[in-house]
Amino acid sequence: MSAGTTDVARPASTSTTWWRRPAMRVWVGVAVAAVVLFGLAPALLSDFRLNLLAKFLCLAMVAVGIGLAWGRGGMLVLGQGVFFGIGGYLMAMHMKLSDAGPGGVPDFLLLYGDGVVPGWWEPLRSPVVTILAILVLPAGIAALLGLAVFRRRVRGAYFAILSQALAAAFAILLVGQQKVTGGTNGLNGFRSFFGYDLADPVNKRMLYFIAAGVLIAMVVVVRLLMHSRYGELLVAVRDQENRVRFLGYDPANVKVVAYAIAACFAGIGGALFAPVVGIISPADVGVIPSIGFLVGVAIGGRATLLGPVLGAVAVSWAETGLSEQFPSFWTYFQGAMFILVVAFLPQGFASLGGLWRRRRRTPGDVPGDLGDPPAPTAAPVGSGTAPDDDAQHAADAARTAGRHT
Amino acid sequence: MDALFSQLFAGLSLGSVLLLAALGLALTFGQMGVINMAHGEFMMAGAYTAFVLQAFIPDAGISLLVALPVGFVVGGLLGLLLEVTLISRMYRRPLDTLLVTFGVALVLQQLARDVFGAPNVDVRAPAWLSGAVPFLGMNLPKTRLFILGLAIACVVVLALVLKLTPLGRRIRATVQNRDLAETSGVSTRATDRLTFFVGSGVAGVAGVALTLLGSIGPTLGTNYIVDAFLVVVVGGIGQLKGAVIAAFSLGIVQAAFEYSTTASLAKVLLFVVIVAFLQVRPQGLVSVRTRSLA
Repeated sequence: MSAGTTDVARPASTSTTWWRRPAMRVWVGVAVAAVVLFGLAPALLSDFRLNLLAKFLCLAMVAVGIGLAWGRGGMLVLGQGVFFGIGGYLMAMHMKLSDAGPGGVPDFLLLYGDGVVPGWWEPLRSPVVTILAILVLPAGIAALLGLAVFRRRVRGAYFAILSQALAAAFAILLVGQQKVTGGTNGLNGFRSFFGYDLADPVNKRMLYFIAAGVLIAMVVVVRLLMHSRYGELLVAVRDQENRVRFLGYDPANVKVVAYAIAACFAGIGGALFAPVVGIISPADVGVIPSIGFLVGVAIGGRATLLGPVLGAVAVSWAETGLSEQFPSFWTYFQGAMFILVVAFLPQGFASLGGLWRRRRRTPGDVPGDLGDPPAPTAAPVGSGTAPDDDAQHAADAARTAGRHT
Repeated sequence: MDALFSQLFAGLSLGSVLLLAALGLALTFGQMGVINMAHGEFMMAGAYTAFVLQAFIPDAGISLLVALPVGFVVGGLLGLLLEVTLISRMYRRPLDTLLVTFGVALVLQQLARDVFGAPNVDVRAPAWLSGAVPFLGMNLPKTRLFILGLAIACVVVLALVLKLTPLGRRIRATVQNRDLAETSGVSTRATDRLTFFVGSGVAGVAGVALTLLGSIGPTLGTNYIVDAFLVVVVGGIGQLKGAVIAAFSLGIVQAAFEYSTTASLAKVLLFVVIVAFLQVRPQGLVSVRTRSLA
């Protein structure tokens, strides 16, 4: 049943066609995604729909990072909204400043604030500084928090709760500092994106292509990372942190890197979200949207490469389609998805294919635990450790799922 | 001096609300390692219980006194239902319980929105809780004092139950060593169910108390759940002692920050303080000693 034995019994490279090889699958997947995103979607979709898709792609960027930190690293990140928000607000502030012109004051500062641009805003007039800040600031904050938390071996539920508290505090801060952040309304009404007029459909299209390209690049980065020594270490830390420690590595550093990369991805997602959607507000970054990011990842398959992306896009698509017509139905649906998928299909829909394949190959051999395979979560809180076999098994299951994507 | 005392009272008052919100959470989290995101929604259920009861009982004072036990039962039954249907399936996956119960929380919130409407509703406070008590030159609102008293009463009752009753003995045994307790003839399954009933019931009581502080709405639980969790994190997975100290300390620290800065900045500073505190005591104030590496 474990991935190890099936691979030994069936040397993948000789008996399967080249495109079924694990290494090729992802590249084939990326090529297909590129054709769909760059060829089919722009040709078939209206400008409105394409813009909508661009928004979903931005949300999927957050999901890629969550897949890395949570699916591979076992860190349940409940506060990705913070990093999404930092990226989004940085970009929004730059766009507001450049709309106002050199030395100008953005409209909302005149409305709520003192009518002067705060000192710490000034550097954001420069596009280069803005882009650097978007790349560095979320990752830096995540690294600081991660170092503080993981060095002291705070983990599992405690880390999840802390990351969630960060999201709550951030949202409250944004609302409270209305003078400089626009308060509940957030920042909106952008006219240009690095000098390109946002009212022009051609430039909207360009934004879509940027989002698609960035998303594909992120998936490739995660793919390369997971097949490096670092990727092996990350999975090892998730499953048996102490063994990794005894081998002479510092699990804290391994975790911090994954958390920082996830934060960076979320920041980039937010930075593109602001111009694509045209608004960034505390409602996009608080506790509820932060956990909302997890829905797509959990449904798609947290430990796989493409599962989080496809899950995030599918969930946002369904949300846009359904919530307009049946707003209350959508919340029930979202809640039910959380309950059903996590309780009965912890590996997400991406694991269905693998389970089905294994069941077909060896009928009767598979224990009837389809509804409850072990999850690749961190060790339970408190004194109860999962038996080693369980963790090992979970690792195998997760890896199989990853390979089959 | 007056400012100091009134800030201290504000902190104690905030702490008592936090304590009520976190007490049940500490119990269930401590015993089962289960993170119940729907705890806030159980509070909301308690609050709406008080609202519904007031429609039937015209006297605000009597309806409040009736609402406290009824809220306990409503919250407790919701918790029991959750435990039996979902949480009992996922004991070895504490992080997944967090997601599942978040799903439950979403459903309950929407249910409240569909049944009671999205706008907030008000529960009338009884006449004997209006006004304030003069004390050392300050005016302490009676509602705040009532909640402080209620929080203390809840802690005392829970402490007595844990210390003296057979149920309390079983709960303590399960917290300290689940496997050994099971071997010694304690039905940990039954204990878990009862613990969840009691813990969620306290959430219901907390919800009834919150109706005295302001209007209530479907998002009532969301406003308190994060703070309640922070109390549990700082308090540690111990017994009630950690939660009590943590709730009042956090309440006082936050009140102090709010006094010297703004309310929104206070939240961020509080978060920084908590992370700094965890550098000193990563397992929280009080923790059950264990020899396991994990």
